[in-house]
Amino acid sequence: MAAELHVELVAADRSVWSGEATLVIARTTSGDIGVMPGHQPLLGVLESGPVTIKTADGNVVAAVHGGFISFADDKLSLLAEVAELADEIDVQRAERALERAKAEADAHAERRADVRLRSVTGVH
Amino acid sequence: MGAQLRVYKRRIRSVTATKKITKAMEMIAASRIVKAQRQVAASTPYASELTRAVTAVATGSNTKHALTTEVENPVRAAVLLVTSDRGLAGGYSSNAIKAADKLTERLRSEGKDVVTYIIGRKGVAYYGFRERPVAESWTGFTDSPTYADAKKVAGPLIDAVQLDTAEGGVDELHIVFTEFVSMMTQSPVEKRLLPLSLEATDEDEEAGKGKILPLFEFEPSAEDVLDALLPRYVESRIYNALLQSAASEHAARRRAMKSATDNAGELIKSLSRLANAARQAEITQEISEIVGGSSALADANAGSD
Repeated sequence: MAAELHVELVAADRSVWSGEATLVIARTTSGDIGVMPGHQPLLGVLESGPVTIKTADGNVVAAVHGGFISFADDKLSLLAEVAELADEIDVQRAERALERAKAEADAHAERRADVRLRSVTGVH
Repeated sequence: MGAQLRVYKRRIRSVTATKKITKAMEMIAASRIVKAQRQVAASTPYASELTRAVTAVATGSNTKHALTTEVENPVRAAVLLVTSDRGLAGGYSSNAIKAADKLTERLRSEGKDVVTYIIGRKGVAYYGFRERPVAESWTGFTDSPTYADAKKVAGPLIDAVQLDTAEGGVDELHIVFTEFVSMMTQSPVEKRLLPLSLEATDEDEEAGKGKILPLFEFEPSAEDVLDALLPRYVESRIYNALLQSAASEHAARRRAMKSATDNAGELIKSLSRLANAARQAEITQEISEIVGGSSALADANAGSD
């Protein structure tokens, strides 16, 4: 079995997901980054975007809106003010939010809704 | 019914109604404490991970940042005071206000101007009545604060810290809130949030003591990470303080309402004793009146015979 790293995905008000993973892909301000076990200690700023956590039994995708990635000693923490697992996202609500954001030309809200939808569909 | 007895009965009825209300408030507060404690626990992972990250940057890089470096001659300090929106919580708000007063005095004696920020209607009313200047105040969420509330509060504070002192910015940021020690004990505490003192972070980072922190790679750069990290750190600290204060507020209210309920119970007891005595006195008087009346009648009849 491949080496694994421990992942904690925490939002400001709750712990969203934690477990072992083989690879974590997240989007930092300077581009996508993949972290595997044994990576150099890292501290980065996250863009809002989908985060993919590859585990032994499949992928976990979460929508993360702003936050940090920090990795040391094979422990990875993803800190986000708002984070949702793809399973928790209400697609219809996100679609409605996207349309509303487009209508109101609210770039911030549009991006949030877009990230949510992309996390659900797994396209990124 | 005699007038005396009627008065007692009426007072018993009113105290019983009050007791019901305080009992209900006690139960509501008790159920909310549990919820508030759960929220405190839920916010802990984020806070501790964030503290770890801040410690890593602060110790792992030589970057000087406006939010971490101490100014040589601090001239202005901001104090954020957390009180409650509603009363009937015993000394909860006034204890926090007293602690803030003490802190303000200490800062003034160190030659710093103090700018006050207030959360909670009680604190606002206290400062408003004494016509003390308040830079900004927030009300309406002390019962169950959310992260968005903490963000709303943190925004102007971080702006004030980042502003130059000459333009009205502050050099230090203190927070006064009520720490939730246990169900029975809640104590007002004052903490300095900014500039970060490494002693404070060491204390928070007990899990990592004795370990040498690894050399981090920063993405995109240490400065940018600090820029992004520190506001979040302040927000999460304020969020934690708000949650603890909410838990303390509910605990204080529960205790105050419990003693109010107990007092009402005692009052009812002593009032019913008095009412019983009054009723008994009334009966005795009636009996003696009847006896007196009948013996007077008997005497009169005996006289006519």
